[in-house]
Amino acid sequence: MSDISASDQGYEASMGDYFALLKPRVMSLVVFTALVGLLVSPVPVHPFIGFVAILCIAVGAGASGALNMWWDADIDARMKRTAGRPIPSGRVAPGEALGIGLGLSGFAIVLLALATNFLAAFLLAFTIFFYAVVYSMWLKRATPQNIVIGGAAGAFPPMIGWAVATGSVSIESVLMFALIFMWTPPHFWALALFVKSDYGNAGVPMLTETHGRDVTRKHVIIYTLLLVPVAIGLGFTSIGGPFYLAVAVVMNAWFLKGAIDISRRTDADCEADKHRVEIKVFKVSLYYLFAHFVALLVEAVLRLYGIGGW
Amino acid sequence: MALHVEHEIHERRKGRNYGLGLILAGFIAIIFGLTVVKVLQLGETAQFERFDHVARPQIIPEEGAGE
Repeated sequence: MSDISASDQGYEASMGDYFALLKPRVMSLVVFTALVGLLVSPVPVHPFIGFVAILCIAVGAGASGALNMWWDADIDARMKRTAGRPIPSGRVAPGEALGIGLGLSGFAIVLLALATNFLAAFLLAFTIFFYAVVYSMWLKRATPQNIVIGGAAGAFPPMIGWAVATGSVSIESVLMFALIFMWTPPHFWALALFVKSDYGNAGVPMLTETHGRDVTRKHVIIYTLLLVPVAIGLGFTSIGGPFYLAVAVVMNAWFLKGAIDISRRTDADCEADKHRVEIKVFKVSLYYLFAHFVALLVEAVLRLYGIGGW
Repeated sequence: MALHVEHEIHERRKGRNYGLGLILAGFIAIIFGLTVVKVLQLGETAQFERFDHVARPQIIPEEGAGE
């Protein structure tokens, strides 16, 4: 009774709660890949415009994360991993998340169009639409292939970065897109094989639960085999070079070996060694993507000194 | 019954207000920076400087220039 009963009026979100809506960890991957897409392009961009462009892409990605959390609040509340998110935990009202998602999307798209060009802004708008509508609203609850097609949303950032600089889409940016697109399924399914998820309780069809773990293991090797030519092929474009190719060959051999190891395992093997191989392959998949994009960046720096590229 | 003015919710509101202030300041800085960069990228500033009620001999066409 010693203070006004402010707490009776319901929880008021802090700045950190709003920031958590933007999925900062996903944002960091988006920033990194978009930055590489921008920096490896043949057209120089003014540093300040480059900074604003990356900021817009990051904010756009964050906005789509907020829209995803708004739509999926019911699913998030039923899963242990996501129950602590701002909406299911009651720290942010669903309407606030929707408003933030839509508002930030508009800001990011308009500012990117004004700062750079309409193609980049269109690609950003399409990415937000794809993640919030195609993936979250449509695919996620409908098909176990949700992350395959939904992975496209995470694959667009380097293409947007490239479009910021060049104002166009080319084979290089398409292959950077394809690299992330093809990498997402084996990366995610390696994780799904060792994480005890409660997607089933939440009504989200995950391949491990709808088709079983053996089918998931086969999917890992199939998608890894499809990924390899994309990753190697990127090395023969104008942004590739001997250094990138060497990194790609090593990383693809490593990842492919891991995928083959997974495909030969059984549930008994997994239980026996507590998913040692799956955990290892998941970690390799993280190094894999990081190494490819760092290698592209190194090639761009080498080209500045006249020793990179073909 | 002492009246405590400070409540945990006030701390949170203060954080939100400062956060929003920083975002708005950042937004102004971005728009200002973009304006400067975009204008400077136009190159020769004389091409977009026009009559501003001050005598500017450099924009008066030279005599005989068009002949």
